[in-house]
Parts: sequence; structure tokens; C-alpha cells
Amino acid sequence: MVLQSFKNCLWLSCVLRTPKACFWSTASGGLIIQSVSNDVYQNLAVEDWIHDHMDLEKKQVLFLWRNSPAVVIGRHQNPWQECNLRLLRQKNIKLARRRSGGGTVYHDLGNINLTFFTTRKKYERMENLKLVVKGLKALRPQLDVHVTDRYDILLDGQYKISGTAAKLGRTSAYHHCTLLCNADKFVLSSVLKSPYKGLKSNATPSVPASVKNLFEEDPTLTYEMLLDAIAKEYAMQHQVDHRITLINPADETLFPGISNKTKELQTWEWVYGKTPKFSVSTCLNMAYKDSVLDVKVNMDVKHGKIEACNIDLPEQWLPPGLYSELVKSLTGSKFCPNETTTLVTTLLRVCPQDDELHGRWSLLCENVIRLM
Amino acid sequence: VCIHHVRSCSSIRSIRFIKSKYVCVFDKSALKFSHQQRLFRTSAVSCGQIVQFKLSDIGEGITEVTVKEWYIKEGDSVSQFDSICEVQSDKASVTITSRYDGIIRKLHYSIDDIAFVGKPLVDIEIDASKGVAPEEDVVETPPMSHDEHTHQEIKGHKTLATPAVRRLAMENNIKLSEVVGTGKDNRILKEDILNYLAKQTGAILPPSPKAEIVPPLRKTEAVPAAPKDKARKIPVPVSRPIAFSGKDKTEPVTGFQKAMVKTMSAALKIPHFGYCDEIDLTQLVQLREELKPLAEIRGVKLSFMPFFIKAASLGLLQYPILNASLDENCQNVTYKASHNIGVAMDTEQGLIVPNVKNVQVCSVFDIAVELNRLQSLGSAGQLGTSDLTGGTFTLSNIGTIGGTYAKPVILPPEVAIGALGKIQVLPRFNGKGEVYKAQIMNVSWSADHRIIDGATMARFSNLWKSYLENPASMLLDLK
Repeated sequence: MVLQSFKNCLWLSCVLRTPKACFWSTASGGLIIQSVSNDVYQNLAVEDWIHDHMDLEKKQVLFLWRNSPAVVIGRHQNPWQECNLRLLRQKNIKLARRRSGGGTVYHDLGNINLTFFTTRKKYERMENLKLVVKGLKALRPQLDVHVTDRYDILLDGQYKISGTAAKLGRTSAYHHCTLLCNADKFVLSSVLKSPYKGLKSNATPSVPASVKNLFEEDPTLTYEMLLDAIAKEYAMQHQVDHRITLINPADETLFPGISNKTKELQTWEWVYGKTPKFSVSTCLNMAYKDSVLDVKVNMDVKHGKIEACNIDLPEQWLPPGLYSELVKSLTGSKFCPNETTTLVTTLLRVCPQDDELHGRWSLLCENVIRLM
Repeated sequence: VCIHHVRSCSSIRSIRFIKSKYVCVFDKSALKFSHQQRLFRTSAVSCGQIVQFKLSDIGEGITEVTVKEWYIKEGDSVSQFDSICEVQSDKASVTITSRYDGIIRKLHYSIDDIAFVGKPLVDIEIDASKGVAPEEDVVETPPMSHDEHTHQEIKGHKTLATPAVRRLAMENNIKLSEVVGTGKDNRILKEDILNYLAKQTGAILPPSPKAEIVPPLRKTEAVPAAPKDKARKIPVPVSRPIAFSGKDKTEPVTGFQKAMVKTMSAALKIPHFGYCDEIDLTQLVQLREELKPLAEIRGVKLSFMPFFIKAASLGLLQYPILNASLDENCQNVTYKASHNIGVAMDTEQGLIVPNVKNVQVCSVFDIAVELNRLQSLGSAGQLGTSDLTGGTFTLSNIGTIGGTYAKPVILPPEVAIGALGKIQVLPRFNGKGEVYKAQIMNVSWSADHRIIDGATMARFSNLWKSYLENPASMLLDLK
């Protein structure tokens, strides 16, 4: 694979600054770039940057990227519904929300992401996916891969190896898809299973599918081979140079303003706060002393914050003053275990110092926190 | 304000009124002029026309989408190219932007409704005198070609600016090519023209109602679409700097901050007294240097805190009243058996105080292990309730950030707290009267004066100080 060095892609910095006329006179119709970073936020920020700042009239772009373990949810999805957040936190797997629609996917270094940038007029997902399939078949003619009408790519007619999503703006659009090469299927299935019960929302649900890795089908394949094959096919179809240019998403001179985009993608307000309004309606089974208490909990969550909450406790189990303090503190705070833990433990400081009371309080709060 | 489609002039006058009222909140100069010109004109030409902005073609033969998020609400002002809403169709998320400058009068859909391509999405009241011709059949004309109308070819550049901005530039004889655009896609905004003018004439500009550059995901800040043609006249230059147009931002106190408010309000009820001292840590610094590699072999990072914490616990054994709690009515003092020493931690959200349990039976190494665990959980935002409750005494190492002396606030239900300043290298005299390089740290204690007196605090501090200044002495009293 022939790779151009970073220095050769200083032209990218020209995109914003110099008159487009002088630069585009050497335009060749298309560009293939690959990220040197495995940080999901940085890579998503590259997509945002190209979408917002590049003039795609004369130049289409294919962006290749891979991420270290992360779960990526669609723009309008509910992370509590889609994945096991507890497991993510334990295993230090990142959670990101992308700007395109669609469902939830698990990324790790065994998964390749492809993004096709075009003008809005030239937005055509089927063509892009057919291009990928053509590239795969050119590399391995015996591979049984085809595109479905749901924009998935299936291997052997049954295993999903690629999922698609897209984002359309005023003048530009992008279509991205995954390609499973050698992902950890065990982690994938465990993180994409939500343990949270009683969630009711209109967020876009994901459609689960059986998956398989390309490398399982053909162990002689490597990432380089796949990337080259797809790049070659793209280059042929768009009549451009098939060479892949490496880019660094942290380079502000190449992508002015990208660090702000990267930061925004990591904020709680974006990742969790953009969750469409939902409600939690469930029953806590708390083992207390010799019995089990059934405690009904109802919460409305909007913008990731608890708008209203109600906990059905047996009368006088907690002093009423304390119960109303709890509800008051929870209302308006984030539907987040860390914030709730801090809140409830701080509240405990100003309660009467009674071991029994503290015991009940901790039991209740721990159960409530488990819902998050 | 609920305004339906209105075409007749008589009713339009009433809209003018409402619009003017709206405008005057932000921009009084515009109000005066617009008021004058509007009230006396009766011809239809000046009336703001309500245009139905239809959902344009998404591509791929898609006919319906789901509305997922509105970026504006009824009554908001929008500029051309501002984001209006986000819709989704079959795994594609689409940002719909406004074709016009104007005021949103009606949203045709609620969240999660199905919207149809070619059908009205929002009603926008546009100012006809601005010269933006609404297109009759929105479906056939994709947004792209509308861009071409508004592009100005100057020296081969394409300069993006809305018609209102263009007019402003024209009136003031400004070449758009000379103005630096700070908007999206290098678009020239009204602010850019005004800044350019201010630089030329040194004039004060009336504070701009829209202080920030509007990002694609816009918060709902109402900005009036004040007519700029006759309304704007730059004031006479005065030698004052350009008016600062930042706005105050009010947010409700929620979550973590609310908890702090509660705790600190309760803490205020405790009569605090302070006691400060200086500790010579020269010997401890040396000891830690020797022990650090041993701890590292065991996989543990050894800071100074484990020593401070253990020394405090040894001190509490002698002065247990500092590890006590006073009940609400000040009737009973409970001497706590466990020394659960809290360590104040600074996180992204703010101050949290996890505690090391039962320090009285822990070795310095045990404390270091536990601190490592709490610190990594703290930075990951994963501390549990048991880590954050049950504290009996607190140490706050503010010195890692900076500072020497402090006035720490006691965390109820505790009765004492210590703030440790930073370690500084200072000249001091030794026993022989010679000057040597000493590692000095300041400590500031606060205690509840209702049950603790100055003498007790002083003696505790002296004992703690002696353990740290001469670490070998800790060996005598270690349990």
C-alpha cells in the first residue's frame, strides 16, 4: 500500500483559507483518507469537520477509520435501551453518539469504518455499498456477500458484516458503514444487551442481527488488503488516485476547529443529554432484614435529566421529610449513577445519625442507582 | 402568541404591533424606526408574508420522515441557513435548514410525528421588503440552487451572506470581499459588518442582540428580524471602546451543586474555630523517597497522604473527641470507634470526599492501596455509596493544587477537618543555629467549638506534627 505522508496533505489546510478556485484547479474528483487515530471521538469529529467545512462539489471523499473498543449509538437513540452501560463502565469501553441516524454498533480494532462524503445531490447509499461488495469480490471472488434492501451487507446470506447510517445537511451528506473483520463477538453481544427494564421511549430501536467476521470466513485476509481493495474500487469508480492519505484528527492546522468538535462529542450533554424523552417504570426488589420489599419506581427523563420521580415506599419506612428531600434532589439532576451517588451520600450528612436509617437509605439509594 | 395564516391588511397591523413589542425587548433603535414606517403604511407590499416552508426532497425516493428534534419554537427568529429541525428516515438523520429570514409562526409537527416531503413543515413570517422571494414550489427546487442566488462572485470568490447582511454592507459602502466572515462556511454575519464598520469609524455600535455566532445546533434565543434598511444609522463616534455584548446566563442549581448547597448550609451552623501550624517534612520527604520504590514493586503509588492519614489516626487515639459527632439538639456526643478518614478529591463535577475505613487498624501501605483504589474510581466517576459515607474526620490536600493556609469548612456530621498546603522548600534554622533547606508544609485545622476547645486542637496538632517531623516516632505508637 502506498501512503502519502502528512506533509503532502497540507493542501487540506488550503480548503478554508485560500480561494477555492486556485486549489480546485488541480482537483482530481476524489480523495481517500485514513485516520491514524483509534479514538472514536476524534474520528467522529473528522466526519463532522468534513461535513461542515469541505466543499464536496468538486471533490468526493472516502474516509477509512478504526476505533479502540467503543459502543456507538445513533443520533436519536437511548443508550440505556441499547447497551449495558454498567458493563461499559466496568470494562472502560467508551460510549459515543454519532450524528447520523440508525442503530447501535460495537466498534473495536477488528472493525473497519468507511465514510462516503458527497454533496447532497450525489447522496446514494446503495451505490456505495455495491462498491464495497465489488471491492470485496475483486479481492476474493468466492466470497458470498451481497447488499440487502435494508442497506446491510450479508455474508453467506445470513450473517451481517456491515451496517449503515447516514447524515444529510444543507449542502453535503455522508453515508458510513461498518465492516466486521475480526471483532470480538463475545464482547459485542454482551455490551449490546441492555439489562435495564421498564424503559418506555420513542427512541430509534436497534435491530439485532447475527454477525460474523470476514477473517473467520477467510483467515488469509488482512486489514491492509481490505482497505486497499475498497480504495482501488472507489478510485476506479470515481476516477481518482487510489493512494490513501493518512490524516491525524488531532491536527488543528489540518482541521481548524476540530478539537472543539472532538470535545463536544464527549460531553455528557451530547452523549446522554440528547436522548429523546423516556420514562422508567419498574419495581425494585429490596431484601431488607428478613423480608423482600417491592418498591415501585417511576421516573421521567428528559434531556438525560430526571424531570419527575416517584418511589412507592411503605409508609414511614423513611421519615417523610427525608423522602421528600430525596425526591427534590433527584428532580432536575442527571439520570447518572455518579451524580446520584454523590447527591444521596451528601444528603446523608444532614440527616439524623441513626444506623438503621442509614442502612435503609443506603439500600434504597443503591437500588435506585442500579437503574442508571 | 398564536398567529394563524393571515392575509388581510387590517389584521396585519395587529401582527405588526405584536412583532414590534417583541422587537423592543432587544433593540430599541430598530423599534423606533420600524414603528414609524409600519403604522402609517397600508399597502400590502410592506406586510410580512407568511410562507409555508415545505419539507424538501431527501433523496432516494423517500416520501416520509420522522421529526426527531426541533431546534426552534414558535415565535423564534430564524436566519437563512439556520437549523430548524432534525428528521430521520431509514437510518439517515437529516438537518433541515431555513430558506428564509423571518419569524417562526407555526410548527406543523410534534416530535415523533411523521412528516411528508412536499408538505408544509413550518410557517415562517418573512419581511417582503427584504427582497427574499419565496419559491412557490419548494419540492422541485432543491436547496442547492437557492445558494446560487445568494452567492456573489467577487474576484472569483464565492461570498456567503444573507440578503439582509448584503443590504447592510451596501448601505455602508462596504465590499463584502473585504469583510472577514466568521459564520459557518465563512459566511459573513451582521456582526462581521458591524465590527468592520467599528474599526473604520471608531463608532460605538448598539449592543448586538445576538452576541454569539450561531452554531448549527442553536439554542432557542429569540433574535428579532429587525429591518435593517432604514432602521440602522451608526451613532456619532465617541471615544469609548466597543460595547461588550455578552449576556448573563442563569441556570437552575441542580444535582451535585444542590447537594453542596445543602451540606454547606448545614456546615454554616457549626461554630468554627481555626488553628494553623507549620510542619517540617524534611525527614518524611527522605523516608518517602526510600519507600516509594518498595511500594512500586508491590504495584502501589505511595504519596504523602498515607502518612498524614496514619498520623492523624494515631493522634485521634489520644484525642478521640476529634473523631466524634454531635447530635442535632447538641444533647449527646458520640465518640466514633472507627477512624474513617475522608480524603477530599477534586473531580470534574466538584468536591467529593471518599473515606478510608478503619485507619486505626491499617498500615501505611494498606492506606496507600485503598487511596489508589479510591482515586482511580473517583476519576472514573465510579465511587460507590459505601465509599462516600461513614466518614468521621477529613483531610483536604489542597496543596496539590496550590496555596499554603486555608480555612476549611467542617463536613457534617464530623467535628474537625484539616487542610494541607503545598510543600515548599524554605530556609530554616536547625538545632545548631545553621540555616538548612527545609521542606515546609502548612496545616490549617478547623474544629467545632461547641465540643472542641482550642487547647485540644492544639495538642492534637502538635502530636500529629511530631509524628510527621520525626517519622521514626510513629513506630513507638503503631498498633
